[in-house]
Amino acid sequence: MSIFDNPFDPDRKLRAGCACGQHQSAAEHEQATALHCEPVESEEKRYEGVVASAVMRAMFPQDVARRAFLKSVGASTALAALSQFFPIKTATEVFAQTGTPEKKDLKVGFIPITCATPIIMAAPMGFYAKHGLNVEVVKTAGWAVIRDKTINKEYDAAHMLAPMPLAISLGLGANAIPFAVPAIENINGQGIVLANKHKDKRDPKDWKGLKFAIPFDYSMHNYLLRYYLAEHGIDPDTDVQLRSVPPPEMVANLRADNIDGFLAPDNICQRAIYDGVGFMHLLSKEIWDGHPCCSFAASREFITTAPNSFAALTRAIVDATAYASKAENRKQIAEAIAPANYINAPVTVLEQVLTGTYADGLGGVKTDAKRVDFDPFPWQSFAVWMLTQMKRWGQIKGDVDYKAVAEQVYLATDTKKLMTEMGLSPPASAYKSFTVMGKNFDPAKPEDYVASFKIRKAS
Amino acid sequence: MTTPSLRLRAGLVSIALLAAFLGIWHLATRSTAPVATMSPEYAKLMGLTATQGKSAMPGPLDVGAKLWEHLKRPFYDNGPNDKGLGIQLGYSIARVGLGYLLAVLVAIPLGFLIGMSPLLSKALDPFIQVLKPISPLAWMPLALYTIKDSSISAIFVIFICSIWPMLLNTVFGVASVRKEWINVARTLEVGTLRRAFTVILPAAAPTILTGMRISIGIAWLVIVAAEMLVGGTGIGYFVWNEWNNLSITNVIIAILLIGIVGMLLDQILARFTRMVTFPE
Repeated sequence: MSIFDNPFDPDRKLRAGCACGQHQSAAEHEQATALHCEPVESEEKRYEGVVASAVMRAMFPQDVARRAFLKSVGASTALAALSQFFPIKTATEVFAQTGTPEKKDLKVGFIPITCATPIIMAAPMGFYAKHGLNVEVVKTAGWAVIRDKTINKEYDAAHMLAPMPLAISLGLGANAIPFAVPAIENINGQGIVLANKHKDKRDPKDWKGLKFAIPFDYSMHNYLLRYYLAEHGIDPDTDVQLRSVPPPEMVANLRADNIDGFLAPDNICQRAIYDGVGFMHLLSKEIWDGHPCCSFAASREFITTAPNSFAALTRAIVDATAYASKAENRKQIAEAIAPANYINAPVTVLEQVLTGTYADGLGGVKTDAKRVDFDPFPWQSFAVWMLTQMKRWGQIKGDVDYKAVAEQVYLATDTKKLMTEMGLSPPASAYKSFTVMGKNFDPAKPEDYVASFKIRKAS
Repeated sequence: MTTPSLRLRAGLVSIALLAAFLGIWHLATRSTAPVATMSPEYAKLMGLTATQGKSAMPGPLDVGAKLWEHLKRPFYDNGPNDKGLGIQLGYSIARVGLGYLLAVLVAIPLGFLIGMSPLLSKALDPFIQVLKPISPLAWMPLALYTIKDSSISAIFVIFICSIWPMLLNTVFGVASVRKEWINVARTLEVGTLRRAFTVILPAAAPTILTGMRISIGIAWLVIVAAEMLVGGTGIGYFVWNEWNNLSITNVIIAILLIGIVGMLLDQILARFTRMVTFPE
């Protein structure tokens, strides 16, 4: 007896033979009816039938009792009655969406900065558990280590800088291993902080000879700082010094007068202000409003070996990101991610970053609700822009198939599907043009864009 | 009146020095008056350093209070990234123990062999001399890349860094056993194996143990660097995590504890050394 036959049919035969009585066995009956080629019912309807059957059988494990009930009230009334106290619609949705995860216990690495907010908060706030996963979020010492641990499969997925999965897939600074980005962690959320002694040097044209820190070579921080400097006529390779420095050391180095400023992820910017060693020169959103910052990434291998786990993980992250994007939740999130187990930073600092009401280090309180924001959609045009900057600064030599790489790494199609299933409204296209410091970027013409910059590395 | 013993006088000087150090530390890190006038709304968003001119360096009282907090509950476990200091030290000691034990298992037999053969000793010397001064942090990326497991990599780094002093000391100890003793054994027709165990081993034991004592010191030095890099657990990770939080207080506490544990490990081996040393 198949579990998918119809338990609402009071005339269904109980023992040997088929349901209609014209065939010797159920198998023969199926063979015969299969030839009728009935129109395929929608997937949703099919799932609904399966769920309703399961509920019906659970209610009346005895066939005879079920029949008696159905005969007295009729199948449709029975179904209606059932839906009253059992949410068949919701159960169907859940059933249709989630294949059972191949692997439930997962490890996700993160760097303790506010960019990792959705990844981190999903653990204490139960977003992973909601999607059927048992995820351990592991704090990691640096970007290179997170890259190596993800490649080594110690982590199933990880928090990465948005350009990192592109760099890893292209084999820049590591072996070429195909990685993918199903979701952007955060947009905006960085800033340029200068040491207090540069209070009167607010024009970047005066910055020749200064020393700046960035967290990693393949980072939006690097590209945005270079872009900003170059737009003001400063060649980032010759006129200033750019150093790769781990974020906590940035604050200490700024205090020790070893660097003049940095473009860092938040809570580090705010921490420098909180400790009284620097001031906010500008938020990164003033360079490009809505720029991506960090990403959620996994190797292609993990995606193909555990597609359901990956889908559940992505759903949890998208869900958490949607929650984090609402301003009214931000204070609660700041409290959830501040303990030593997660970011390990003062709540005041995280609150200033997440709510956008912050001390600027110059004696004023500023408000910008979009200082950091959360929007998971992995625009493939973001990836194209990052590739143009890699090309511009000599990280990529030779020709690049911008579109192919972007589409291979940034999984817009899959994310779109998941978002639709979750009742969110993803954009129709994965490409959009945007402006960075007043200059329009057309994702269809990346090569022209690279060529349009006066300051760039000769290739 | 008899003069107090040297031990007592030394103890008193130690205490006086400590008190002076703590006193100067306390005075140097006191907070000054508010640095600048700022609106209360703004001040609420700023840290103590900015509002009260408090030194970024904590004073001895801050450290003491924090240390007491840690000591009160050394074994708490708040999830993968936040564990008590006792647990962190336990992880570090276990890693050091494992790496060090592996090094002992390799270094002493190998050192014995090399020490007994002047040819091997001369031939291997250049390799050992080149490998000996390599920093643990230099090994780390290579280990992570080839072993592909961060906790085994940390153990490997301890192994590779603590093996050399033990090896060199064993070689030296075995090679410099007095010729007369070996000749006496020879005239008594003692076999090679028996000679190694009854004559050479006891004679070389103090030198071997000195090597082991240097090695445990190095292993303990290495673990902090290794754990800072791979993260996860251990006292080195604790330092990194608190550094991330720019909490100098916790960093100082960790330094203090690292020093104390290192001293204890050294004392244990010093005791063993005394046990095998004999007056000539």
